[in-house]
Amino acid sequence: MTFSPELEKRFADLLTHYPEGRQKAALIPMLMYGQDEVGSVSPELMAEVAKRLSIKVIEVEEVLGYYSMLHRKPMGKFHIQVCTNVACMLVGGTELYDHACKKLGLTHLETQKGGNFSLEEVECIGACSWAPAIQVNYDFHHHVTPEKLDTILAGCK
Amino acid sequence: MSKLYNEPSPLEVKVVSKRFGLENSASIETYLATEGYLALKKAIGMTQEQIIDEVKASSLRGRGGAGFPTGMKWGFVPRQLDKPKYIVVNADESEPGTCKDRLLIEFDPHSLIEGILIGALAVGAEKGWVYIRGEYRYLIDIMDKAIAEAYARGFLGKNIAGSNLSFDLYTQTGAGAYECGEESALLESLEGKRGIPRIRPPFPAVSGAFQCPTILNNVETFCAVPPIIRDGGKAFADLGIPKAGGTRLVCIAGHVMKPGVYEVPLGFPMMKFINEVAGGLRPGRKLKAVIPGGSSCPILRGDECDLNMDYDSLAKAKSMLGSGGMVIMDDTTDMVKVALRIMRFYAHESCGWCIPCREGTTWLRKMLQRVTDGQGMTRDIDLIGDLAKNMLGRTFCPLGDAAALPTISIVEKFRDEFEAYVAKNPLAKNELVTVG
Ligand SMILES: Cc1cc2nc3c(=O)[nH]c(=O)nc-3n(C[C@H](O)[C@H](O)[C@H](O)COP(=O)(O)O)c2cc1C
Ligand code: SF4
Ligand code: FES
Repeated sequence: MTFSPELEKRFADLLTHYPEGRQKAALIPMLMYGQDEVGSVSPELMAEVAKRLSIKVIEVEEVLGYYSMLHRKPMGKFHIQVCTNVACMLVGGTELYDHACKKLGLTHLETQKGGNFSLEEVECIGACSWAPAIQVNYDFHHHVTPEKLDTILAGCK
Repeated sequence: MSKLYNEPSPLEVKVVSKRFGLENSASIETYLATEGYLALKKAIGMTQEQIIDEVKASSLRGRGGAGFPTGMKWGFVPRQLDKPKYIVVNADESEPGTCKDRLLIEFDPHSLIEGILIGALAVGAEKGWVYIRGEYRYLIDIMDKAIAEAYARGFLGKNIAGSNLSFDLYTQTGAGAYECGEESALLESLEGKRGIPRIRPPFPAVSGAFQCPTILNNVETFCAVPPIIRDGGKAFADLGIPKAGGTRLVCIAGHVMKPGVYEVPLGFPMMKFINEVAGGLRPGRKLKAVIPGGSSCPILRGDECDLNMDYDSLAKAKSMLGSGGMVIMDDTTDMVKVALRIMRFYAHESCGWCIPCREGTTWLRKMLQRVTDGQGMTRDIDLIGDLAKNMLGRTFCPLGDAAALPTISIVEKFRDEFEAYVAKNPLAKNELVTVG
């Protein structure tokens, strides 16, 4: 499998971050950064990472099944993550999530046909004091109202 | 980038947040121009005991949630042991209600680096990792940039600031798992595994990252260390109260006029914080309940909040100071829904390793859902309380208690609201004939 030069450099750097013989520690970062480029933790990505770390594919599977940000299937080009945890819930997070479901015609962890949008109801994303909060891919948006969400979605092109 | 997320309050005492809002606050130039790396230079001239004693004198307690005395923790590291020593920073920040470590890294990453380096001097560590939750990708970029600046200026790498200290620092991304904020699960995750906690002892001070002695602290804990070394432990301690030194960041969210992150001394009065720092409740509203420090803490009724924000006062009120994530609920709040939402979180985040937590959180979630759906029985209310109590102390890591404690407190303090839901269930009237 070939990656962009930036990702290759990142992978090479990562391998120098840990004590000798403990390079498996690079596994989770490699899957995260790899997923960003490849679109998902595909079987090919798993096999490639396992090969580079000299570990078994099952060890990659173990990790993949545990972490909620690692996905086997590609999410949308714009992955909309709406927090409904308690601080957001108190100021309209639940209604915001319902609005997003209707607007996108999706529910939790679904992706639109054509792959532009996907939706996820997420746990606290560390924006409680500026709630309700969402993330579009890695970008935070604070004090989001349904109207503001519409504008954000309209800007996702 | 230096735009603040909320207006500061004149009542704040700014120690760890003093650079927030400065022009280019995250850059090494700004840091050096504002007393940056002075504490490191001072620490280089101190012995390991002197550094640890200074941290002890500050009565700094961990800002991640458990509040363990930091100096004492550093003192547990077997410095003579012939193994590399490591530093791990907990920037997993996932406790609902908490959003402060994010600001420290965004606005002042060099103070974190300096705190880490002083920790490295104190225990003779040679390498460290800042474990940042995966959702905070932009902070990984900020931290990587700060680390690169520090290498370029000789504050990381070999012979730091002309001393014998050599230290390498890296960021490590998480991938979405609350449990990886628990220290031993974090160490597993750092080693490339599922975040299943480790049995303790041995504690990380003796066997931590890669089975070597490790100091593991919260971001804010490390950020408090440079001011402590620079101005002396006593000066920091005097800002707070006896046994709980200094200031801390409190994140306030929910039904207040000015939610935000504010830095106040330990022991600051809670009602004054809500009313004067955070602008009070919305007009015409009454205070119903407060989560004092993250959703893992037992909830306080509005009339129980006339207390000071320190470890002992909160313990006396049978709650905890926790992570500094305070959530305010006014009289419009449906406490049953709050209990359900909190339990949905813990059921989702339970790592599944031990049965009381894995099964307990799932059953509690189902029962709370049933009550909320208007299908609950009176006995469900008792069962929710009993089941939660039976989880206490019976789980492998503290997540089990963190799920049970808020539930127990909500059921006890707001039982009438659960009863009102049950009264909506027509079947609840002839409870005995219903098959459960
Ligand atoms: C389920 C669980 C989640 C935790 N999450 C965090 C976290 O996100 N950040 C943090 O600093 N500490 C967290 N902690 C506390 C850590 O286990 C540990 O006590 C802390 O990082 C130690 O640093 P300190 O002494 O500086 O507070 C969590 C604990 C538990 C049980
Ligand atoms: S208490 Fe919960 S999170 Fe902790 S080990 Fe048990 S199952 Fe895992
Ligand atoms: S509860 Fe939504 S960001 Fe914390």
